[in-house]
Amino acid sequence: MARPKPRKGPLLGLHRHLRRGPISEEGWSQLVAKDRRWEASYRGRWSHDKVVRSTHGVNCTGSCSWKVYVKDGLVTWETQATDYPSTGPDMPEYEPRGCPRGASFSWYIYSPLRLKRPYVRGTLLALFRQQRERLGDPVEAWASIVDDPEVARAYKRERGRGGFVRASWDDAVDLIAAAHVHTIKRDGPDRVAGFSPIPAMSMASYAAGARFYSLIGGVVLSFYDWYADLPPSSPQTFGDQTDVPESGDWWNAGYLLVWGTNLPTTRTPDAHFMTEARYRGQKVVVVSPDYAEHTKFADHWLAAQPGTDGALAMAMGHVILKEFHVDRSTPYFQQYARRYTDMPLLVTLRERDGVHVPDRLLRASDLDPASEVENGDWKPVLIDERSGEPVVPNGSVGHRYGAPGEWNLRLDGVQPMLSLHEHADEQVAVDLPRFDVGDGEHGGIMRRGVPARRVGGHLVTTVLDLTLAQYGVGRPGLPGDWPTDYDDPQPHTPAWQEAITGVDRRLAARVAREFARNAERTDGRSMICMGAGTNHWFHSDQTYRTFLALVLMCGCQGVNGGGWAHYVGQEKVRPLAGLQTLAFATDWSRPPRHQSATPFFYLASEQWRYEHIRPADHASPLGRGLLDGKHVADVNALAARLGWLPSYPSFDRNPLDLVDEAQASGASVADHVVRELREGRLHFACEDPGAPGNHPKVMTIWRANLLGSSGKGHEYFLKHLLGTSESAVRAQETPPEWRPQDVRWRDEAAEGKLDLLTTIDFRMTSTAIFSDVVLPAATWYEKHDLSTTDLHPFVHTFNPAVSPAWESKTDWQAFERIATRFSELAERHLGVRRDLVVAPLGHDSPDEIAQPLGEVRDWRAGECEPIPGRTMPKLIVVERDYPAVAAKWAALGPLVEQLGTQIKGTSWDASEEVEHLRAHCGAVRGGIADGRPSLRRVEDACEAILSLSGTTNGRLSVAGFRALEKTCGVPMAHLATGSEDLRISFADAQVQPRTVMTSPEWSGIEAHGRRYSPFTINVECDKPWHTLSGRQQLYVDHSWMLELGEGLPAYRPPLRYTAIFGDQGARDGSQRKELTLQYLTPHSKWSIHSEYQDNVHMLTLFRGGGMLWISVEDAAELQIADNDWVESYNRNGVVALRATVSQRIPQGTCLMYHAKDRNVGVPLTELQGRRGGTDNSLTRIVMKPTHFIGGYAQLSFGFNYYGPTGSQRDEVTVLRKRESKVVYE
Amino acid sequence: MTIRAQVGMVMNLDKCIGCHTCSVTCKQVWTDRPGAEYMWFNDVETKPGVGYPKRWEDQEQWRGGWELDRKGRLRLKAGGKLRKLLSIFANPDLPTLDDYYEPWTYDFEQLVDAPRQRHDPVARARSRITGEQLDEISWGPNWEDNLAGSPERIHHDPLTVGIEDQVKAQYEQAFMMYLPRICEHCLNPSCVASCPSGAMYKREEDGIVLVDQQKCRSWRFCVSGCPYKKVYFNHRSGKAEKCTLCYPRIEQGQPTICSETCVGRIRYLGLVLYDVDRVEAAASVPDEHDLLEAQRSVFLDPSDPLVRAQALADGVPEDWIDAAIRSPVYLLAMKYRVALPLHPEYRTLPMVWYVPPLSPIASTLETDGYEADPDEVFSAVDDPDAMRVPVDYLANLLAAGDGEVIRGVLRRLAAMRHHMRKREVLGEHDDSRPRAVGMTSQEVEDLYRLLAIAKYEDRYVIPPAHTELAGQLMEQKGTCGLDFEDGPGNCGAIERDVSGPPGYESAVDAEAFMLPGEDRVDLDIVQMLGDRRREDAEGR
Repeated sequence: MARPKPRKGPLLGLHRHLRRGPISEEGWSQLVAKDRRWEASYRGRWSHDKVVRSTHGVNCTGSCSWKVYVKDGLVTWETQATDYPSTGPDMPEYEPRGCPRGASFSWYIYSPLRLKRPYVRGTLLALFRQQRERLGDPVEAWASIVDDPEVARAYKRERGRGGFVRASWDDAVDLIAAAHVHTIKRDGPDRVAGFSPIPAMSMASYAAGARFYSLIGGVVLSFYDWYADLPPSSPQTFGDQTDVPESGDWWNAGYLLVWGTNLPTTRTPDAHFMTEARYRGQKVVVVSPDYAEHTKFADHWLAAQPGTDGALAMAMGHVILKEFHVDRSTPYFQQYARRYTDMPLLVTLRERDGVHVPDRLLRASDLDPASEVENGDWKPVLIDERSGEPVVPNGSVGHRYGAPGEWNLRLDGVQPMLSLHEHADEQVAVDLPRFDVGDGEHGGIMRRGVPARRVGGHLVTTVLDLTLAQYGVGRPGLPGDWPTDYDDPQPHTPAWQEAITGVDRRLAARVAREFARNAERTDGRSMICMGAGTNHWFHSDQTYRTFLALVLMCGCQGVNGGGWAHYVGQEKVRPLAGLQTLAFATDWSRPPRHQSATPFFYLASEQWRYEHIRPADHASPLGRGLLDGKHVADVNALAARLGWLPSYPSFDRNPLDLVDEAQASGASVADHVVRELREGRLHFACEDPGAPGNHPKVMTIWRANLLGSSGKGHEYFLKHLLGTSESAVRAQETPPEWRPQDVRWRDEAAEGKLDLLTTIDFRMTSTAIFSDVVLPAATWYEKHDLSTTDLHPFVHTFNPAVSPAWESKTDWQAFERIATRFSELAERHLGVRRDLVVAPLGHDSPDEIAQPLGEVRDWRAGECEPIPGRTMPKLIVVERDYPAVAAKWAALGPLVEQLGTQIKGTSWDASEEVEHLRAHCGAVRGGIADGRPSLRRVEDACEAILSLSGTTNGRLSVAGFRALEKTCGVPMAHLATGSEDLRISFADAQVQPRTVMTSPEWSGIEAHGRRYSPFTINVECDKPWHTLSGRQQLYVDHSWMLELGEGLPAYRPPLRYTAIFGDQGARDGSQRKELTLQYLTPHSKWSIHSEYQDNVHMLTLFRGGGMLWISVEDAAELQIADNDWVESYNRNGVVALRATVSQRIPQGTCLMYHAKDRNVGVPLTELQGRRGGTDNSLTRIVMKPTHFIGGYAQLSFGFNYYGPTGSQRDEVTVLRKRESKVVYE
Repeated sequence: MTIRAQVGMVMNLDKCIGCHTCSVTCKQVWTDRPGAEYMWFNDVETKPGVGYPKRWEDQEQWRGGWELDRKGRLRLKAGGKLRKLLSIFANPDLPTLDDYYEPWTYDFEQLVDAPRQRHDPVARARSRITGEQLDEISWGPNWEDNLAGSPERIHHDPLTVGIEDQVKAQYEQAFMMYLPRICEHCLNPSCVASCPSGAMYKREEDGIVLVDQQKCRSWRFCVSGCPYKKVYFNHRSGKAEKCTLCYPRIEQGQPTICSETCVGRIRYLGLVLYDVDRVEAAASVPDEHDLLEAQRSVFLDPSDPLVRAQALADGVPEDWIDAAIRSPVYLLAMKYRVALPLHPEYRTLPMVWYVPPLSPIASTLETDGYEADPDEVFSAVDDPDAMRVPVDYLANLLAAGDGEVIRGVLRRLAAMRHHMRKREVLGEHDDSRPRAVGMTSQEVEDLYRLLAIAKYEDRYVIPPAHTELAGQLMEQKGTCGLDFEDGPGNCGAIERDVSGPPGYESAVDAEAFMLPGEDRVDLDIVQMLGDRRREDAEGR
């Protein structure tokens, strides 16, 4: 762009004053007439050619509408839109929404960090071109490269070491497509995988790749659980992935506990609702180990030690139970508990060593084993206070899949008995686990007592009675050891927690009492905001359950202004049904291959070979040894063969070949597979992840920075998945006696498993740096797309302010090209095949009542028969018309009408919408998609997403509620009244953000200006939760939950890494001083994950690179001054960065704001001489056995719904000052 | 009485979340260009902290603002005309680059272009001033974010002087607050008075203080004369630059960029009518504790018929007078008296005011025992001295050290929370809390609407400029706040075509200073911001 030369304008020389004006009365100032034409300069700066609405596709939950300014064809800057639909006259608006990170986005567009063209590592591109030339076929060319171990090893070892060369799109796509075709042909479609997170942040871009992978049978990896943003407590308690209030509902809370989420930093656009609600009389209490941004707004700061939040919550529960449930009965709380929680449900007590331990919920089938109660194993029991008799209340999962009309929470005259205390046959001593004692993870035992009765031959008590015992709230006549008062340091009193958390016992009691009292006086308007600070721990599910217990005790859930407000991850795709249809191509074939990413990467990066924590280590001292002898990889293998979790690649054989074999043998595919498995000829791939045939071979990452951001165990990825020479892993392998039983250990660990890693991005992240092929993506100001979040009720559009710059393409265009070339190559190499999809037992489907009573039966051990869909995964054959993939990708398929749309167990017919889309988008002419609505233009894909969801299409909302009414037998369609004729089109949302509608896709009511709060539909319409009991469950009775001592909420401390791993110091012979610190990786103010942390504006606004925050005391101990270079290391890797010393950090803890990539300002480490890593260089995947459970009501698999989480927060690291010179090369 | 209208701003620090969005949007729109890299017309500082530039509040060092001479007359702290003349080539009170920071970028190209090499490529830092690679980044415009490095510097913060025992870098005593800052567009601007070239002026119609980019002669006395250090020197164009209060937007009735993009919704913009003739007297009251009321006394009640008549007579358009009645700045400063000027002791009569922040109850007072009444959730909030941010610290910032002023404001905010909790959360009505702070329930509820509901049209009440008078703009009047005995001279009094450092006389045309023009004035930045002693040594 030519720069205008300074003009020698006519103004020159006019700078002298033209005339003098009057002097002010006192002679102090004077009016002077002067030429002010120069002022035009700043006005010129402010002028622009156009302003375009767009947003940012980054996993931040923001989803803000922005005005993007274009001047002379260039994007100059952005400011926030302020034209949100109003919240009404009596509350603050959602304007403006945005943050400093979003405000700096335009920097990327023309920055030297921008990827402008496709790149391939030079050696690989030369090889490919040479072989293609030689063989005349790209697929054969690819085969010749990867099937030669020496050649393959050579190019893999160069990953990450520079040497990229420009490629044309044609060449890059040719290579990518050939790799896919070859891998499917040789190893099967379950050896190719796509990773892209958070569809809500840019739905069409997500769908672009997910749709391609779903059509070819590739593996679509999960993210919400992998990011550890999924709170497993939510499925456990609510039977729901996550459903939370929009930020505007904070305004309705009278009491706000902020516990593990730094609202001003991580919910920047929404924090004002909190600051403003304070003026409305809301009290704000912050629990945080550091004095952070949110602490500034607190009335009280409870500085609990990191990871001890569960202890504080248990003590608060102790106070609330004692003062509001036992000493005094609180009518609102009682009425709520009876109807909406499992507190009145009966739990059987099992005898153990002369006392009792809580066992499973009593079922209808227990009352009269002979009777043929439909789904009797799936219907819990309570006692009716009026009759004193056991009753099977409506609403359980057994009713859901039984006769229609009984899946509801109506009590029909029954008064559920909450406690048996006044009605007991006997008082029984119970043993309960506690985990705050002892050196290991096992903890100890505490003896308490409950009132009990005999029902159906079982000794039973209620969940509430057990809860009171757990919390240590005694009542007259009960056996056991009980705290005498709040100052008694027995679990779980305020004094007990004080010793653990450091929070003053009186303050803890006061906050608990105020929280409950506020809820009592406002019918539940007490809220807890929670997030990564409390959710990213290994035992976060337990911590969260201690929080959820508080809101359930106080009747806060399902109430505007009350309940849990969990904010981590932009998980809420409001038009969910539409997105799922497109993204997973369920309009053409079902089911897609959905995979839990955490166990996938655990195996793929060989982290299982370094395992030192055994599943049984977590067991309760009251456990039965169910996990003894198992390695985590064994648990994963068990979960795969029992149908609990997906596991791709599935078998040690190509699934396409398996179907052909079955056909040849004349048996059904299911019979063939079961027989092959039984006879030991076929194995699950997860039982030998090191076998070359079982590796994931081809992976594409888009909209993500797996290596520089989310990859727990970063250094293991580099070593094993990629086979680079740069890995900093220092860990020992699992000792022989702890190695797996069911998983094969190979002497040689696999390295360089992936044949091809492709990244599509607009900036050069370390994922791109370590990839083989990098494709340049359009930025968020260069494309159309959709964005929603849980924090607000609007649908936002992305719109191009300028065309995709240089050779970049939108994700939609990129995958269209890949799909097209793939289909061309498939003509010759693949054709039409039949594929065997091994699918787990799914939540919100009848699968979830497959494995009764929470007992684990392994067909491999002969404990049951292998029956697909009941005791093992479903075996489903799907046709793959490979040459037609591109045509299908670009058109809406026929299953929308033929099978309907299914969402969380509700389905509807969207034929009318297909007609609408055919007219709107135009019909495809010719080919397999003849007559179908076209999706070639991304705007049409967006229109399809909006048309196929009840949140954006009132007709479908009404249809969905009508369908739900039939199952539930209670009226619900009225929730959508008034919206039947409303439809939000893409064009509407381009004009202004549009407010979504109440829909059965979600659990809250958001009509008539009401703020979204989850589960208000459940509370107000008696619709059950999607749990076993249909109620919110404090008690989860699967045998593995009980094995871990987690039937009830409990405090589990952070994993004791120092005890497990001992000294992780440098051990380099030097005598230099080191300190082992708790290693926290919270979300940063200067980035959204790794996005923006490489943006000069953000780097300027703090310290220009990675910093480790340490306390005054620890800095003094190590003689570290502020801004000194330091090194942080443990068995997993090493990080080189500078120290920030501050009094806001507690002693013994360090903070490294997470997702600090290794590509900006990171030197070589002093310890190893390699590039200092990322925050995840110090972490490793650790998985909790209970997260593998499946086939059991709410503990059944759903994509991003239930599965092991990639927690990282328990980690410790060793710190020392750097002494040697800082070098970069 | 001579009435003028002034666009003022109030920032509610109690709502500031410290996000810096204001800084980034301002930066991108106004100073993201060569010569201006280090300039932040808007910045946000974590307090306690030394700020940007370092220790800007220490006027014993920088000698910005005004002081009273022995006769009680107002004079520039940096000295009068004579001293200025003597020091005209070596302004002794200029911050150096080290006091701001050395702007930097990175070799991002390396990430894509790196040849085959041993380690994965990395983008190294590079100075945007010298172009050299930086081994170490040692200061930035927000180096102290969230108390970073505070233990080493906490008592370098001038606000802690005299209260060191109350402000300690200890975990148990930790507190922080954020202070977003722009130009104060003062009623009595010492920068304007310091300018020897007459390049600085205060616009008559709206009070915005500007540097005429054509007239600026690079003396940089404005930089030192401003006690807030909100005038900067562009090392490319050789001109001083500063926050313009986004006049291109204000003139159109739009809020400033920093205001509209403030997601904390802490900013308010509105007009204040004031009496120009009372400015000097107000700035000259002997006792610094009286400066707040003195400045308030300069503001006029736009609802007063006499004020209205005079304003019209003085050329204030009628719709501007109406806007002044709705002005949130007037309401917060005058009616509810919760907004306070930043460092009134500088005697510039600043026009960006602040509502001081509440903060958590100090830990030593947090526990009321097990018997705490759960219905009195704000039991300690009434006591400003129980809060973590010391009252004296806030007083040093916003009240020339007068703690009672701070206590009064915090008590009013606390009373609002008490009162609204009763009404909105518990559904009760009770006038006792408002009465205790001298307000009616209605006033408290109106204040609540302004602070909490804070709709866009209530935050920003900005009448558009009357551009139909554009003909007059050619010769529009500007106000210069100078011309007094021993002052540096009135507008352009020192009218000299002295060539300062070579090249300064090159006229910079209207927009050219925004652009990296080929004919730009490329100054020796070391001389500009660097070591003054070197200048001395060279005999300047």
